Amino acid sequence: MSDVKNLEERFQERIDDEQKIEPRDWMPDKYRQNLIRQISQHAHSEVVGMLPEGNWISRAPSLRRKAILLAKIQDEAGHGLYLYSAAETLGVGRDQLIDQLLTGKAKYSSIFNYPSLSWADIGAIGWLVDGAAIMNQVMLTRTSYGPYARAMVRICKEESFHQRQGYEIMSVLASGTEEQKAMAQDALDRWWWPSLMMFGPNDADSAHSAESMKWKIKRESNDELRQRFVDRTVQQAETIGLTVPDPDLKWNEERGHYDFGPIDWDEFWNVVKGNGPCNRDRMKARREAHENGRWVREAAAAHAAKKAARKTAA
Amino acid sequence: MELNEALFQFCLRRGDDTHVLSHRLGEWCGHGPVLEEDMALTNRALDLLGQARNYLQYAGQVEGKGRSEDDLAYLRNERGYVNCKLVEQPNGDYAHTIAKCFLFDAWHLPFLKAQLDSKDEQLAAIAGKAVKEATYHLRHSSEWMVRFGDGTEESHQRAQQALHDLWTFTGELFETDEVYTTLQQAGIVPDLGPIKEAFDRTVNEVLAEATLKRPEDEFMASGGRKGQHTEHLGHMLGEMQFLQRAHPGAQW
Ligand SMILES: [Fe+2]
Ligand SMILES: [Fe+2]
Repeated sequence: MSDVKNLEERFQERIDDEQKIEPRDWMPDKYRQNLIRQISQHAHSEVVGMLPEGNWISRAPSLRRKAILLAKIQDEAGHGLYLYSAAETLGVGRDQLIDQLLTGKAKYSSIFNYPSLSWADIGAIGWLVDGAAIMNQVMLTRTSYGPYARAMVRICKEESFHQRQGYEIMSVLASGTEEQKAMAQDALDRWWWPSLMMFGPNDADSAHSAESMKWKIKRESNDELRQRFVDRTVQQAETIGLTVPDPDLKWNEERGHYDFGPIDWDEFWNVVKGNGPCNRDRMKARREAHENGRWVREAAAAHAAKKAARKTAA
Repeated sequence: MELNEALFQFCLRRGDDTHVLSHRLGEWCGHGPVLEEDMALTNRALDLLGQARNYLQYAGQVEGKGRSEDDLAYLRNERGYVNCKLVEQPNGDYAHTIAKCFLFDAWHLPFLKAQLDSKDEQLAAIAGKAVKEATYHLRHSSEWMVRFGDGTEESHQRAQQALHDLWTFTGELFETDEVYTTLQQAGIVPDLGPIKEAFDRTVNEVLAEATLKRPEDEFMASGGRKGQHTEHLGHMLGEMQFLQRAHPGAQW
């Protein structure tokens, strides 16, 4: 008992001392579980996030835009891979994690349960969704678990690229025809609030936050990150002549930040519980891909086994 | 036939081949059998799209009427598209997609290698970049043909069925017509004889390793180069061209 206590104290000292925790190091079981939950949720989000954007590949309005979109979605698949690998260092296999996703045991970011309804949504997703993700991910480059932090360094470079490309799509639309402008404003109207929800519940109501902060898995609170996102994004919207759909939005001289209106947390929890516009479609798509891919994976395994057997026989 | 007109047509054919196949592969994005394959197909879609843009840009230049790559991709009708029918076929299961890629790659790589010697500098340059990509593509599709053929009974059957369904579309890859012979006489496009030999060699070797049967050469489909397609292409273009058609003249 006292041994474990000692280990935990030493662990916390290392965290406080800003040392990275590596896969072979001792760690409290709850730290491990917390990380597995967070990293796998993050990996699933990258993969499910391919769906709303993939919805526009076949309708991308120019060859250049199509190439950029394909490359972006491919990046997201790569992020999924790095993150599954990071989770694997904690002793849990990709198959197992994917199983948890497909049975609904594991979650993914709720933002991807909203539909992409126009080409402007591809701009809005890059600008707002990748933009919000970056706030979180930049923080995570300093997270206490080494493999997660290193995965984030690679990912962040690509995400900021995505954010700029999304913003560029929006700015072209916002300076285009009346119909294009309306398309851009409509996309901002629909994606704004869900993007703010991406940071999670307010600090006072956040279930995992305190422990995550103590272990420096998280290093900034949901509300701090959300505020940073609002401050940056409002100005970007103004620059291209779009209006953020929040009547309470106001610069607060004293705080040096924008004040913004209340978030509809009922909507948030409803989507988390499975009642968003696309929850069922997203899960159906992932399950179908998995099921339809089963014989492919079996064929690869069977062939590899035959090849290995021939090698030993020879 | 005038050389310039033939060159324009050839660039459209190659641009449409690569673009249409890229488009089909893009349809897999997010739905692949395993994440690594999702990425591999997207990669291939990107390579082919890059090649398509090179060909279509060059086609616009050769034509000299100021048409851009997007004008050519988004504002030509089904009857104006001149890709081979193989590439427009729907994805089907993963064996169909891989078999389609394999048959295309087995022709594409030797064709590009020969195109390196084209008297047209631009075509030689496009091939220079594309050869590396096509080499990787052929390796990827060959490996999967072998995995399927020499994998499980189910995968073997699916791969055999895919070959059976797609074989009829391979004849078009080796057709010649006035466009082709005009360019061949000018040393711009290669003799198809050695390319057919290379295709046969690759197909025979890979299928042997995969324990799959090479289908008989019976009826070979044709018409793609004249803009007479299977019914599948029209639906693809309807989707692909929707924004450009709905917002004429808009910038994206
Ligand atoms: Fe990502
Ligand atoms: Fe991203």
